Amino acid sequence: MKKLELSPHFTEEAIEIEAGKRKKYWSLEKVSEERWIELSKEIASGKWTLFGLWGSPQKVNMVLLDESQSKLQVIELETPLGKFPSVAIEVPSAARLERTIHDLFGLIPEGSFDNRPWLDHGKWQLRFPLGNILPPDEQKPYPFFLSEGENLHQIPVGPVHAGIIEPGHFRFTMGGEIVVRMEERLGYTHKGIEKLFFEASIERGAEIAARISGDATVAYSYAYALAVEEAMGITPSPRAVWLRALMAEMERMANHFGDIGAICNDAAFPRILSRCAVLREKILRFSKDFFGHRLMMGSIVPGGLKVDLSKEGKENLYRLLEEINEELCSIKYFYDSKNSLQDRTVGTGVLNARSAKLFGAGGFIGRASGRNFDARKCFAYPPYDKLSFESPLLEAGDVNARVWIRILEIEQSSFLIEQILNNLPSGSTLSVIKESKVCGQGLAVVESFRGDILLWIEIEKGKISRCHPRDPSWFQWPLLEKVIVGAVVADFPLCNKSFNCSYSGHDL
Amino acid sequence: MLTEKIATEKESELIKLSEALQGVCRKKLGRSLAIREVDAGSCNGCELEIHALNNPFYDIERFGIRFVASPRHADLLLVTGPVTKNMSEALKRTYDCTPIPKWVVAVGDCAAGCGVFRQSYAVMSGGVSDVVPVDLWIYGCPPSPIDLLRGLILLMEQ
Repeated sequence: MKKLELSPHFTEEAIEIEAGKRKKYWSLEKVSEERWIELSKEIASGKWTLFGLWGSPQKVNMVLLDESQSKLQVIELETPLGKFPSVAIEVPSAARLERTIHDLFGLIPEGSFDNRPWLDHGKWQLRFPLGNILPPDEQKPYPFFLSEGENLHQIPVGPVHAGIIEPGHFRFTMGGEIVVRMEERLGYTHKGIEKLFFEASIERGAEIAARISGDATVAYSYAYALAVEEAMGITPSPRAVWLRALMAEMERMANHFGDIGAICNDAAFPRILSRCAVLREKILRFSKDFFGHRLMMGSIVPGGLKVDLSKEGKENLYRLLEEINEELCSIKYFYDSKNSLQDRTVGTGVLNARSAKLFGAGGFIGRASGRNFDARKCFAYPPYDKLSFESPLLEAGDVNARVWIRILEIEQSSFLIEQILNNLPSGSTLSVIKESKVCGQGLAVVESFRGDILLWIEIEKGKISRCHPRDPSWFQWPLLEKVIVGAVVADFPLCNKSFNCSYSGHDL
Repeated sequence: MLTEKIATEKESELIKLSEALQGVCRKKLGRSLAIREVDAGSCNGCELEIHALNNPFYDIERFGIRFVASPRHADLLLVTGPVTKNMSEALKRTYDCTPIPKWVVAVGDCAAGCGVFRQSYAVMSGGVSDVVPVDLWIYGCPPSPIDLLRGLILLMEQ
């Protein structure tokens, strides 16, 4: 195994980063209503990208991304009258986030045009669980937006789906075989996670964070740990800083293999599914043997890791990577050489660059449509600032491009893991926490396999007073509605699998 | 089935379990088992492990055990998740339209009512058994594919 070069960043700053302290890439600004409205207009004009929007009992927060500066601006607005100016009237990607703020906190987005509930299906036996709790309202059927015309009919799909998959409802309006309109209704997996975080201990918070979305458990735990460490002034152990990235890359590879296989299977080519499923299983078995859990759930905690990689594990991992690199060549060949498969995936479910940019779609969805955003590059959280890798970018925006992005990302992940193994610092994986602050705020962005996770935390008296995890799917789900219009309904499973948005991570 | 050079301990246990399950299903049902999976609000971890049952390592289809698209074709409901209140009606309706004889297996700690979400306003406090009668609980967070197979055999042998 040849030793790979690290990027040469040996400055004072880098040595500080070596110790686990990361560069701060965000700042908080408390604003007035006028400034809030001005900022919404600035997002619409393209100066910022909306990166997050959430409520708290007495305020609302918004996070704006300045892509050119790789910085985040956290905006805070007090809501003494229980309302705030709607951002969605300027920025379409804020619409569902605002409906959620109203469902959970009872805060009213003034001026918004869509006041339907989103996560609240009228089944909780209460309203506004995180605000002033009120008794339930009269249950009304959910008003889907209608398309009316001759020869149009509806196909309702879900919440229980045909395969082994999470629940959600899709209301198709069809003109024969062509989709005229598709509207999603989510919230079926809403577990009240944000309320469970209130006044939870740090340990309980870590347990919950690991289970926000099981397929991105490492990424969520990673984001939670980084945010708590920032809020409480804890420095993770250097070995843990590197191993966390290794685990995150393994999770990325395992999920990408699962997705590539599932997409090809839906296009009636199960051979690739078999090959990918084998590689995924090998990664999971490695995780179980050397990290104690097939999904590595609960391994990453504030301060470091609960597990470590043994010498035997390191050797096994080198061998596994060799096998993966070899297999990937034949998967690429099979995928590219089958006309029937290419016929299904090329040109299907095209997401244009403008929409991807407008919604701030991250992950492979954004990068397959020309939006060059990868949190590992943009915020360069350690150890990625020391690692050499590419973030693949394609322009076509179809299912084929989203498959290729995953294949290329697996290659990059394999490369990253090799570098990490070659340069792993020694020492323990869990730092002894001598002192920590009991009050503080922390923000972390981690690139999960499906995109950027944002996690905001406020800690008071050593317990969580507010924790908001923002799944990348918030800015991806609405785009699925857009790409399917005009396609045949049989292409929907293909588009849906190529997006692979999270239901549980989204619904919280 | 995945050909491995040396039969590992895991693989031989797997073969024994799967053959036992196949035998028991044929005896009870006269044919192989048809499973309908229902996600009642899980984090998706359990789904990933259920998916793994169909990969070339576990390959339960070689024993005829298959996942079906409609509860009307199913013998067994595999339910994951704590049963969010938003999903309780869908779960009940799915159970109601499964023809008898039918069994319900609650997969994972959440479904058994002891997962991390159990105290939330948004979930049923007792897991799956609050909504439909459960025949078997398979604990784990998430339970591994081998645990799932063991559980299914235990159920069918009853």
